[in-house]
Amino acid sequence: MRWLIDYILEYLKSDLTPGGAGNLFWITVYILLVFVGLSVAVICMNWLERKILAHMQVRLGPMRVGPHGLLQPIADALKLLLKEDIMPAEADAVVFWVAPFIVVLAAFTVFVVVPFGPTHAITDMNIGILFMLGVSSLSVLGIVTAGWASNSHYPLIGALRSSAQMVSYEVAMGLAVISVILMTSLNAEGTGTLSMIGIVQAQQAQHTWFVFKFFPLGLIGFFIFAVAMVAETNRAPFDLPEAESELTAGFHTEYSGFRWSLFFLAEYSAMIAVSSIAVTLWLGGWLRPFPSFHGPEVAIPYFWPPADPSAPKGVLDLVFALFPGITFLFLGAMCFYNTARMPKHPLLKIQTIGLAGFGAVLALIGLILFVPPVRDRVGDIFWFAAKVAAFMYLYIWYRGTFPRYRFDQLMKVGWKILLPTGLVLLILTAGAGFLEDPVKEWLKHVL
Amino acid sequence: MIIGGILVITRKNAVHSAMALITTLLAQAGIYLMLYAPFVAGVQIILYAGGIMVLFLFVIMLISIERNMKERQFNKQWLVGIAAAAALGGLFIAVYTKGKSLFPEGRLNFDEAQNTQGVAALLYDQHQGMYMFSFEIASLLLLVAIIGAVVMAKKRI
Repeated sequence: MRWLIDYILEYLKSDLTPGGAGNLFWITVYILLVFVGLSVAVICMNWLERKILAHMQVRLGPMRVGPHGLLQPIADALKLLLKEDIMPAEADAVVFWVAPFIVVLAAFTVFVVVPFGPTHAITDMNIGILFMLGVSSLSVLGIVTAGWASNSHYPLIGALRSSAQMVSYEVAMGLAVISVILMTSLNAEGTGTLSMIGIVQAQQAQHTWFVFKFFPLGLIGFFIFAVAMVAETNRAPFDLPEAESELTAGFHTEYSGFRWSLFFLAEYSAMIAVSSIAVTLWLGGWLRPFPSFHGPEVAIPYFWPPADPSAPKGVLDLVFALFPGITFLFLGAMCFYNTARMPKHPLLKIQTIGLAGFGAVLALIGLILFVPPVRDRVGDIFWFAAKVAAFMYLYIWYRGTFPRYRFDQLMKVGWKILLPTGLVLLILTAGAGFLEDPVKEWLKHVL
Repeated sequence: MIIGGILVITRKNAVHSAMALITTLLAQAGIYLMLYAPFVAGVQIILYAGGIMVLFLFVIMLISIERNMKERQFNKQWLVGIAAAAALGGLFIAVYTKGKSLFPEGRLNFDEAQNTQGVAALLYDQHQGMYMFSFEIASLLLLVAIIGAVVMAKKRI
């Protein structure tokens, strides 16, 4: 049994991802953590979407189920699990069953290479970004088969429209990604990398997030990807296949209960996946804001600097390292404030106690995040999650703000506006990368 | 991969065949991974499974296949077919076992962590292969095919 414990503890001394170290136990642990974290994130997204959309529309959203509707997602999940599972009469049973399976498979397999930190990924493939784009394009197959297997013409048309839209915007996404990969090669050796961890480390080495590099080229590439990723995941304002449910029908019409919830899960996971791509490629992944400014060194006994001798010790690092704890303390304080604002009605006593308890849990998590060993390890994951959460908020904001694109307008934007812009951006980025060093030499001589 | 291939040709329903072809192509990507070529595996998934199979499925689903499903699944001359396939298989085995001198170069060994850089070096580096010319010729071939398809499909030029 000693070898088992040694096997488990041996990984903690290495500085590779579990896949790179080949350690099966930790690979399984990381996979389970990512799976559970993703499911929790999708549940939170459900609640957040309804609440934020409601507040944008000057109404309150779910308030009844738990305190401020916090138990609403659990009620929704229970309802979906208990609903009757209907299959259309002439539908092809095997293909009908397999279609949500393919979509969920494609949406979840993508997270194998998503980097939450320099060693916090399940594995780091040499072809990381290629793998992510390829596997997320497999979900188109699931949607087409779902629409066809329903054996009814509304889902078929919805599925074909949805897949045409996704395929068109994959081209624009790919071009924006290529311009970033080009930027990773602007280092001393002249070779770039496709691996996700390598891309963030290239941003760290070049001391700039790629969204700000060669201003405004990085920004335009980021914008192209941000628009294409919203269209890729069939979200507003490109949600004609999905919101045809309100007009006619979408590709998941004939799916009820648990199968529909699989599509829903896959859609939100795909949103988080493409947001992770955008965060890793343009916004510096797990790097904190201003990663290359450290400020003067400071030391607080028992608290700072961190135990790892190679970690930066400046005052700015200290300030940014306190952010995770402060965020959770702030959320706990908001819960307590809302507890005080609850109406004093005897029927609401359990909800008030529940909200206070939830606030206490959040505040406790915040306090734990101040403890130095936890703080040092969780910092990267927190910044990555915070940036992805900002993207999720943007998704909900788009849904509440923009009217829907008509299908021909959608295809026009994808092919006639984003694709030429992406090509020109690629050429300009290559030119700027080529001229970067000569221009720097010239500036040194001039100034 | 073999199971996928057998399922492709034995299913009556064309959509089942297409799904079996998808699993065959994904298995092919796995074989590329076992040959230490992750870049080719990734490109296979993107292009074949994610692009070409989508177009296959579009065509299959939009054309009425009721007529095709009622046809006989296998041809009447299947004995001759098996004999021809066995002869071809015998030829392949003979070349593999006895014809090693026909392929002198052997397998290119790249460090798996640098596979993409190795492929790029083969394409661009002057001392390592300069496969760029053949690459451009192949893409010109595809361009000719695309232009031909567009010309044939347009109603008016």
